[in-house]
Amino acid sequence: MEVFRPSSLYEALEVRAAHPQAIPIAGGTDLMVELNFGRRRPEAILDVSRLPELQVIGREDGRVTLGAGVTYARIIRELADHPALAQAARTVGSPQIRNRGTVGGNLGTASPAGDSLPVLAVYDAEVVAASTAGTRRIPWREFLVGPKRNALAPDELIVAVEWRQPDGPGSFSKVGTRNAMVIAIAGVSLQLDTAARRIRIALGSVGPTILRAPEAEAFGAGILDESGAWADPRAEVPADALGRFGELAAAAARPIDDIRGTAAYRRHACAVLARRALTWALDDRRLAAG
Amino acid sequence: MLVRLNVNGGWREAEVWPGASLLSMLRDDLGLWGTKNACEQGECGSCSVWLDGELVCSCLVLAAQADGRHVETIESLSHDGVLHPVQEAFLEAGAVQCGFCTPGFEVAVADLLRRDPHPSEETVREALSGNLCRCTGYEKILDAVRLAADRMDQVTP
Repeated sequence: MEVFRPSSLYEALEVRAAHPQAIPIAGGTDLMVELNFGRRRPEAILDVSRLPELQVIGREDGRVTLGAGVTYARIIRELADHPALAQAARTVGSPQIRNRGTVGGNLGTASPAGDSLPVLAVYDAEVVAASTAGTRRIPWREFLVGPKRNALAPDELIVAVEWRQPDGPGSFSKVGTRNAMVIAIAGVSLQLDTAARRIRIALGSVGPTILRAPEAEAFGAGILDESGAWADPRAEVPADALGRFGELAAAAARPIDDIRGTAAYRRHACAVLARRALTWALDDRRLAAG
Repeated sequence: MLVRLNVNGGWREAEVWPGASLLSMLRDDLGLWGTKNACEQGECGSCSVWLDGELVCSCLVLAAQADGRHVETIESLSHDGVLHPVQEAFLEAGAVQCGFCTPGFEVAVADLLRRDPHPSEETVREALSGNLCRCTGYEKILDAVRLAADRMDQVTP
């Protein structure tokens, strides 16, 4: 086994091109478990934790760039104006894990249970991938192609993820057996886009990959229209409509039975979390309106 | 491969397997057995150390990643046989049962009190959520945190 430790992105991309079999490591919270248990013996490891280019948090003209090497601890401290992402970051592992784990790791591992992924889905984020040939932006709907599979080419590295700063309240919530160190049984992120009068919702841990719920999104935007809540945050949205929103979100889930929970429980959890998420978003707007 | 790092103030080096964790280097190559090896998957916090001042599970750090960096272990807390106030508090509060989780907990508590000398109950629980005590002596551990916070408050105005 060989370990490459480049100190610049370009050097890392050259290693990646010459040794596509080298597994990238940043925080190590996924890969080290596999090494420690002898489940994986890669020919080579590419340490990307020393690349300054991956540590960037940038904001320009309403667009946010989050470097792939930014840890969850930094997201909590530095992206407090992104409540959905900050909430997801707070549910990751434990303090020790949040000091090491990175968004790039969630994207690279591409697990349907990656906590930051439903949030990036509702941000309609783009993944910035680079190789020695150049940089490309992969639209969110094309990035995750299956359980633990993404659209990255063998010679590419994940450099960053980008999105337009959302205008409206958002949240992330998940169900598990305790608050810390939990792989979600179900996770839901919701984001209101008040300028476009749209709702975006995404589900984690309840399908082969992260799932958006387009029917729920259209229905939710419609009930806010009918109740006048887009124009007037104090307008009441009927409780049965919120319940129906939850059911439609759950209908988009494609869950399985596994050691953490049954498909039926996961679907139920999605309905409850989605209904609560929309209720919280409406409450947030009401509070902000005073 | 050769890994050289600063441990508790001194530069140390060892020839390690390229896939070795920082935890295995500390214990097997440098003889620092205070950092405990239990789950090897980041669940239990027994292997907690500081890496460049940040609390991490040393089992999840590749030793090669720590090359050239600063590591502080449980052994850094006491000096010339004088225990750190957190360690004194653990003894006094009866927060040590079998003792296996104790180094990881003490490092996590010392990390918390460095950042927040007067933590709320909720902050303490969240800060220790990555450490497991299978004797389940959590109440005494929480007592020890309060005791240590009071003591350290008196020494450092």
